[in-house]
Amino acid sequence: MNIHEYQAKELFEKFGVPSPNGQVAGTAEEAEAAAKAIGGNDLVIKAQVHAGGRGKGTFKNGFKGGVHFPKTPAEAGELAGKMLGQTLVTHQTGEAGRLVSKVMIAEAADISRELYLAILLDRESSQPVIVVSTEGGMDIEAVAEDTPEKIVRQFIHPLAGLQAFEVRKLAKALELEGAQAKQFSKLIKNLYKLFIDCDCDMVEINPLVVTPTGDVLALDAKFGFDDNALYRHPEIVAMRDTSEEDPREVEASKFDLNYIGLDGNIACLVNGAGLAMATMDIIKHCGGDPANFLDVGGGATKEQVAAAFKIILSDPKVEGILVNIFGGIMQCDIIAEGILSAAAELEITIPLVVRLEGTNVAQGRKLIAESDLAVIPADNLNDAAEKIVAAVKG
Amino acid sequence: MSILVDENTKVLVQGITGGFGGKHAQLSLDYGTKIVAGVTPGKGGQTFGKSTPIYDTVEDAAKQSGATVSAIFVPPPFAADAILEAVDAGMDLVIAITEGIPVADMMRVKAAMQGSKTRLIGPNCPGIVTPGRGENSNGGCRIGIAPGYIHKRGNVGVVSRSGTLTYEAVYQLTELGYGQSTCVGIGGDPINGTSHLDVLKMFNDDDETEAIIMIGEIGGNAEAEAARWAAEHCKKPIAGFIAGSTAPPGRRMGHAGAIVGGEEDTAEAKKKILAECGIAVSETPSDMGKTLVAMLK
Repeated sequence: MNIHEYQAKELFEKFGVPSPNGQVAGTAEEAEAAAKAIGGNDLVIKAQVHAGGRGKGTFKNGFKGGVHFPKTPAEAGELAGKMLGQTLVTHQTGEAGRLVSKVMIAEAADISRELYLAILLDRESSQPVIVVSTEGGMDIEAVAEDTPEKIVRQFIHPLAGLQAFEVRKLAKALELEGAQAKQFSKLIKNLYKLFIDCDCDMVEINPLVVTPTGDVLALDAKFGFDDNALYRHPEIVAMRDTSEEDPREVEASKFDLNYIGLDGNIACLVNGAGLAMATMDIIKHCGGDPANFLDVGGGATKEQVAAAFKIILSDPKVEGILVNIFGGIMQCDIIAEGILSAAAELEITIPLVVRLEGTNVAQGRKLIAESDLAVIPADNLNDAAEKIVAAVKG
Repeated sequence: MSILVDENTKVLVQGITGGFGGKHAQLSLDYGTKIVAGVTPGKGGQTFGKSTPIYDTVEDAAKQSGATVSAIFVPPPFAADAILEAVDAGMDLVIAITEGIPVADMMRVKAAMQGSKTRLIGPNCPGIVTPGRGENSNGGCRIGIAPGYIHKRGNVGVVSRSGTLTYEAVYQLTELGYGQSTCVGIGGDPINGTSHLDVLKMFNDDDETEAIIMIGEIGGNAEAEAARWAAEHCKKPIAGFIAGSTAPPGRRMGHAGAIVGGEEDTAEAKKKILAECGIAVSETPSDMGKTLVAMLK
């Protein structure tokens, strides 16, 4: 799950991670008032969308740039008016762009140094790792590629937690001394607490800046949260902005289905994430193009299967459907019933190939065979993929 | 021999009174597996099915029943606690079926297990099957959620992160007339107890296992690590498959661990590493069985 920049700032404030003074606004008037409250004439106003490349983006109304530097509150209000309610297209949003419904106004911090700081879960060592670099403000992947010695990693024991010596090592790696090292020490301890308490799988601050007056501030932040842990964080769930997500994925999540939209024309409905990926792969291998990833999970009900069909069919690009079920937990007869009830309700007119195997397979196949539905049965995975690709190509 | 479990292994089920745990405990009993006890706090003294006793604690259940292996079906918020209870009770093997455990919980569990004698498989896994010698492989040890009937006793070891892809490989082998020594699902989470490499080493040391199918997917470097070890040390032929060639980067494909982060963890990169390490890589998930059989001829 992702959150907006202004929400990240709220989390920083709650946990005591210093960041530039700023406020969020939903209207031009609010933006002007926020700019007045912040004061000064070095301000920044940023469109709030879940995509990178905002500064270089263009609004569909022709207005250029999702990041600006107003000098007065009136100018901040005027800029907000040009961004709010408009759709911003950046290199990460795709052509559809994202609707901007909030802007953030903040002090434009003076910068002496730009650093990099992140906390991640390292799967290989099964522990958190803090990553720092003196080369902040740029693409960290490029830094890792060109000057790997400028990236310093500190692994943290999950049960012992962050130790003082580890903080000292990190401060030294960032060439921070005296009062700045002290400020950094407080910041990293609070950030680590935030990371653990909120079940993040990633917090990235790029850049972490040192100002000419010697303050250490988090200028921008990217968060990732562990979806499995959201059940114990209603305050994080409340930050979810479904307008930033694919509506089909939002609909799927209501039914506990794992759906990811792709660009092809052959939809698939599969149980199990590994088999769902493999089914997409074999469609491609047979010359087709998968329209989606869809894992209906282990214990899907008839209702979930019907909902899955509705979501698949809501994609106008879809010209054929491949159902591939290998029942372990999932019973084939339940899937068959789901297919039949969805078909009865939705009047499926495009080719539908069904491959069933596993628990209660005989009952499942019988239900399909005895219905008057025009289902193309398949004997195995390869057969199923070839049949749907052929059917769609006509 | 097989690896990890055989037909004599005594198993207890944590979460046996839940719908999911109960259903699969019964299927295992029907398969002939020695499910000797269940554990549900507060329901000690009751009985599951015909005669399986239920205990309040794993310690009691293990002492009374002689179980050495625990299968965990408890819901995600309580799963970490359940795993550590089984470790505390001195189980040899804990198989965590539960899907959706917070990754931070697993990180702490793994750290807390350091130095214990217990091996963890999973979480978010289909479990483990050592097929029996009876009809439809009955009489073996089935722990978890795999359909028992697709198995056949034999000499191929199967290891995979994905449940349904394991079934796919097992079914293909059985159809081709090749049985399995043991099939191990290690689970789709980013932090798990047992890796591809751990299982390859066990298969390599197991007399009954003559060939191996290793199934992986995008994300992490576990498959590459296992392949590099196999190139140096594994005496037995291995066929492999990696799912996720068509997965878009940066998206989590169902499994919490299945996400392409960098260049090294794409399906194509992994397939290349596997091939360089002498593993026969199946082009499609439909050819896993055939690819291995071709190596044996």
